[in-house]
Amino acid sequence: MSWVNAVVQGILLGGQYALIACGLSLAFGVMRIVNLAHGDLAICGAYLGLVLSSALGVPVWVTLPLLLPAAFLAGMALQLLLLGRALRHGVLAPVLVTFGLSVMIENLLQVAATSDPRGLNGGALTLASFTIGSLTVSWLFLAAFLTACVVLSGLQLALSRTSWGRQVRAIADDLDTARLVGINVRPVFATVAGVAVATAALAGVFIGTIGTFDPLAGTNTLIFAFEAVVIGGIGSLSGTLVGGIALGVTQVVVGEVNQAYAVLAVHLLFLAVLVVRPGGLFTGHQPVREVHGWGALG
Amino acid sequence: MTQDQPLLEITGLDVFYGDFQALFGVSMSVSRGSVTSLVGANGAGKTTLLRTIAGAQAPARGAVRYAGLDITADPPYRRISRGIALVPEGRKLFPSLTVEENIQVGGVAAASGSWPLERIYDAFPMIAGRRRQRASTLSGGEQQAVAIARALAAGPALLLLDEISLGLAPRVVEELYQVLRGLRSAGTTLVIVEQDLRRAMAASDHLVCLLEGRVALAGASSEVTRELVVAAYFGQGDS
Repeated sequence: MSWVNAVVQGILLGGQYALIACGLSLAFGVMRIVNLAHGDLAICGAYLGLVLSSALGVPVWVTLPLLLPAAFLAGMALQLLLLGRALRHGVLAPVLVTFGLSVMIENLLQVAATSDPRGLNGGALTLASFTIGSLTVSWLFLAAFLTACVVLSGLQLALSRTSWGRQVRAIADDLDTARLVGINVRPVFATVAGVAVATAALAGVFIGTIGTFDPLAGTNTLIFAFEAVVIGGIGSLSGTLVGGIALGVTQVVVGEVNQAYAVLAVHLLFLAVLVVRPGGLFTGHQPVREVHGWGALG
Repeated sequence: MTQDQPLLEITGLDVFYGDFQALFGVSMSVSRGSVTSLVGANGAGKTTLLRTIAGAQAPARGAVRYAGLDITADPPYRRISRGIALVPEGRKLFPSLTVEENIQVGGVAAASGSWPLERIYDAFPMIAGRRRQRASTLSGGEQQAVAIARALAAGPALLLLDEISLGLAPRVVEELYQVLRGLRSAGTTLVIVEQDLRRAMAASDHLVCLLEGRVALAGASSEVTRELVVAAYFGQGDS
């Protein structure tokens, strides 16, 4: 029965990976930005949650109505002031800029908050759990998983049903023509960046509530997010969810056998997918650069 | 704004792609409700001229005036709101969007006179039954119809059409031109790039021939002879 338990825990963990990864996937699919600071932005979200919840003396969930809009605005500002400018200088410039941003964020956090690991106040949810047969499920893990499902399907709906979503997908297909037919690209990019950072911050809050975080935790977060995106296939949100779940299940099931190999197994899974299906599991056999994936949402 | 003031007036346009100069001091004026054909060999600068009018290409020198306003610095979306729409060369549909989504995207910056979807499907019965299909699954003629429909969704007063007959069967081309005749009688001003010289002359009031980035010939289509145009096209004679 411990195997069933491992698979269930792995699926729930995978939801968290997918929640971090969806913003990364969106930013790459639409703006062609590989955001190396994405994991650090998630950790910034956790620190912001820490500041707000200790200042107000409430569980971190209560601060979300403040935290998420703040993260959304920060993402918009980041795009308008920094990444949008970097994009004008070719594809390499944003990679360098986000790498620099990552280093800056990690160092600023160390100065401002020290290297001590922190945890967030999740209220009563933190330790609550329920049992089904021999299965014990943490309410917190379940909440993280369900949140990921709601966020990903909400995003998918917005992309396939709204005018904003049509513009986003048109830009992902062909930026030059999108401009030509009248899409004002800057605000669309800014909102996509806002969504990416807000979802990252939300993921950061779960990371900080479930475990602990420190200023350097972003890099590790980023690697898992990348692997979830690549396994699922760039430009497919349902693929990202399945990619995250594949990572989570691998990690927990292998950890059941030998904890030392859990993370290694995740990276090996990622390598195996890259070798066998470089475009990801959900985008056919095409190489990544030819995938017009966002349309699959339509 | 008087009726005889040109709808579009271009003066002294110099356009570069990096070090390569594509247009040299191109001037042209388009009167309201007219059809202008733009002809010239490959690489003469026709597409560049249309893209500059649409705002996709910024001129190094010169001005684009539309309805009496200087719009040289306006981005494409603002020009579309003013009533200028382009059907780009090669159709350039969004392959992963459906037919209807392609058309809806064309309407995001629509001018006041934008076309409702039903009116567009009435004008293009060949795509009405395919509205839920991905644009990339359509035939060439249907794709071209969607590209025109996408531009019409913006409700243009000035419609720029770049080689809409390229690679299409004559019967399909005739269907598309039928739609253009309807637009014209409804008062839309058209600028057409067309390879078929006979069609270009027959369908237009004015004809402008570009040669290596310069205007080699401009005049009323009824007054220029085929010989004159051919000479300007290949750069022979003293036009």
